[in-house]
Amino acid sequence: MLDKEGIAKRIAKEVRDGYYVNLGIGIPTLVANYVRNDIDVEFQSENGILGMGPFPKEDEVDPDLINAGKQTITALPGSSFFDSSLSFGMIRGQHVGLTILGAMEVAQNGDIANWKIPGKLVKGMGGAMDLVGSAKNIIVAMMHTNKKGASKLLKKCQLPLTGVHCVTKIVTNMAVLDIIDDQFRIIEHAPDVSIDEIKNATEGDVVVAEDVKPMPV
Amino acid sequence: MIKKQVNSVEDALEGVQDNMTLMLGGFGLSGIPENSIAELVKRNIKGLTCISNNAGVDDFGLGLLLKKNQIKKMISSYVGENAEFERQMLSGELEVDLVPQGTLAERCRAAQNGIPAFYTPAGYGTEVAEGKEVRDFNGKPHIMEKAFEADFAFVKAWKGDVHGNLIFKGTARNFNPNMCGAAKITVAEVEEMVEPGELDPNFIHIPGIFVQRIFKGERYEKRIEKRTTRS
Repeated sequence: MLDKEGIAKRIAKEVRDGYYVNLGIGIPTLVANYVRNDIDVEFQSENGILGMGPFPKEDEVDPDLINAGKQTITALPGSSFFDSSLSFGMIRGQHVGLTILGAMEVAQNGDIANWKIPGKLVKGMGGAMDLVGSAKNIIVAMMHTNKKGASKLLKKCQLPLTGVHCVTKIVTNMAVLDIIDDQFRIIEHAPDVSIDEIKNATEGDVVVAEDVKPMPV
Repeated sequence: MIKKQVNSVEDALEGVQDNMTLMLGGFGLSGIPENSIAELVKRNIKGLTCISNNAGVDDFGLGLLLKKNQIKKMISSYVGENAEFERQMLSGELEVDLVPQGTLAERCRAAQNGIPAFYTPAGYGTEVAEGKEVRDFNGKPHIMEKAFEADFAFVKAWKGDVHGNLIFKGTARNFNPNMCGAAKITVAEVEEMVEPGELDPNFIHIPGIFVQRIFKGERYEKRIEKRTTRS
């Protein structure tokens, strides 16, 4: 079974040369650490920067330079700043090529829930609804089951939705799956996880790809 | 050239009254109009509806207004990080309207640009779409969202001049330019007030036509919410 770093490492292999990428909070943020350094990629943070760099050294900290998680960051040479409307223009207009975000639930029809749990305090959707409403290439990074052991890959989302019919690929601690014809399809399994274990941990309908293979780690 | 400069934050807030709707720039604590917020607290203006991406933290930003129960309603995309906010929301003292972040920005920009409404895919099929017109474009459903209507917009810029021309810095830009001219009166506070002509017209982010009042903020704390560093 992979840990969060392992999930991030696997997703990093999906990042291709020339991509503009938006990373959500949590596991997605870790992806930046594992992207090959021989390709050109720019990270977008929806509060208004393209070309986001690593966290600053202590003497570089700037209150006017933060990411969407409100953490202090740096700007790489060639980066740009812009206002919120233009930032979401990049997202809504599908200029950002890849969106990686976390989820509480994903359904076999591509629906996603990741912003609200009834009865618990609501903090807001931030940019998540705009991202999933427009991005053509969304990868969900999440654990396969929740803390109680229940599947997060469902026939139908139980939690309030963030977006509908939008997720096409999921990378979990157990498997890489895509969503085709309203089904989850296992295309890779974690090295020490069997297909049966993945099926048992998936509440939604599952099929196994003919050429299913172990995840490259 | 038309002059917009006022001498003090007191003059800048002239006419702000109870029960008004205000826009306030900033993302998290970055780029918030610190001096205008401090003056709103000092004047104890109540019953406010505040359009702002976030609601500050307990003892800074809009949290200062929340603490004194000056806010009746928040229109935001993300309101975590604030215990007093949670308490007021759960007790029903505070009304909260959650809006997707891109939609929030565009509703400001629409108000600025004289566009009464627009269609966006964000929120389709979710509770955000409830009660809103749905229309298909290019085979994809969109929901209609309306421009905001506000009495005052309070924004913060890095540099400005007496004509109201503004330049923002880094990611402190965020919602600030989108709110300029999106309310009946836009009040800009700046860190540096420069001589007319000093700002290169090629690099002005917001032309002064969108700003009615401008002043130099007396002090900026620029608090950092999540200081994150590497060794």
